[in-house]
Amino acid sequence: MDFLQPTSWADALAARAERPDAVAIAGGTDVMVDLNFDRRRPGALLDLGRVTGLREWAVEDGAGGVGGGSTVRLGAGVPYARIIDDLGAQLPGLAMAARTVGSPQIRNRGTVGGNLGSASPAGDAHPPLLAAGAVIEVESAARGTRRIPATEFFTGVKRNALAGDELIAAVLVPVAAGPQQYCKVGTRNAMVIAVSAFACALHPDRKAVGTGIGSAAPTPRRAPEAEEFLAGELESAGLWESRGELPDGLARAFGERVAAAASPIDDVRGSAAYRRHSLSVMARRAATWAWAQYRNDPRKAA
Amino acid sequence: MRITTTVNGTQHEVDDVWAGESLLYVLRERMGLPGSKNACEQGECGSCTVYLDGEPVCACLVAAGQAIGREVTTVEGLATEGELHPVQQAFVEAGAVQCGFCTPGLLVAAHDLIERVPDPSDLEIREALAGNLCRCTGYEKILDAVRLAASRQAQA
Repeated sequence: MDFLQPTSWADALAARAERPDAVAIAGGTDVMVDLNFDRRRPGALLDLGRVTGLREWAVEDGAGGVGGGSTVRLGAGVPYARIIDDLGAQLPGLAMAARTVGSPQIRNRGTVGGNLGSASPAGDAHPPLLAAGAVIEVESAARGTRRIPATEFFTGVKRNALAGDELIAAVLVPVAAGPQQYCKVGTRNAMVIAVSAFACALHPDRKAVGTGIGSAAPTPRRAPEAEEFLAGELESAGLWESRGELPDGLARAFGERVAAAASPIDDVRGSAAYRRHSLSVMARRAATWAWAQYRNDPRKAA
Repeated sequence: MRITTTVNGTQHEVDDVWAGESLLYVLRERMGLPGSKNACEQGECGSCTVYLDGEPVCACLVAAGQAIGREVTTVEGLATEGELHPVQQAFVEAGAVQCGFCTPGLLVAAHDLIERVPDPSDLEIREALAGNLCRCTGYEKILDAVRLAASRQAQA
């Protein structure tokens, strides 16, 4: 096994193209487990830890970003600990999810780029990226950059849309225009692979709702019908403007639609029935909490 | 592959390291530093916790090559000039050690907490130690030890 350690992005892309047998490694929190347990013996490890640009984030305005407003360009190698410290205001949903990742040791190493590379249906970062409308920027030496919406990135269990010669450069996440929430069910409060997870985002700027379901389908996925249902009900009752109370039963009906969008399985972490039920509960709570935040938002018009 | 890394302030150089080897294996089997313990090999137990460039990490999940040119501090580096660090002393006095296997990782995690947070709440202690498993003590004595170390640190 070779250890490839490029120090520039161009060299990393060249190495990726030259060595299809290499496995890219960022924080190592997934890849090293596979190596330690003899599950994988790649021809090479392609360490991205020396490409310093991957560890940077920046806020970009308008045209260069996604979704119209400001966008956070989050380098693929920014560890969860820095997302928690630096980006709680701009990306509250992702920061909440980051706080639930593993342990302090894991959060110091694990990255969103690595999470996307592994593309586990249980990956903690995925639901908030889906709910926020994030776009993944990938690059190859031969064809340059392309942008893949998070909704199109996950193609199967632990499979993603990355071509063999591509690396994940960054994630472009719209700066939150409204409240975001994240819920995760597990057996304890640390070191948990999600039994089920749910993220929701209110987008008052375009009167829309975003969702992301984790660990309850072959891939992380949105619940589009639930999104349209909640956004439509809020709009028809004039609630985006009035910021009034949620009508009785609306959050529950939203939760039922979120659960209906899942296709969970029975496995060692939980049953399909429990995953579906827990999703309906998490979605109801997340919607209730997010709406309470929206009602109390100091930015609202007097 | 040659690995050159500063460990506990001393530069170490080892040869013929396999590319898939973990930092933990290199520390224990090639550098003669068995303080960091090898248990789960999947980041669950925290008994291999070391500092990598000042941040606590699981050494079992760091590829050896990723540590080239970096600064590593292991549990062997916490004591200075034969004097136990206050965190180590507090573990001894509070009886926070039974079989001792988790202790090195817990010491590094607790050391990091006390260096960062002068007067940690119980919630902060629990969160800081959430990545370290102990199967003997039930954690109560460990929490006592961290509280003791923190209070001494505050008085110092």
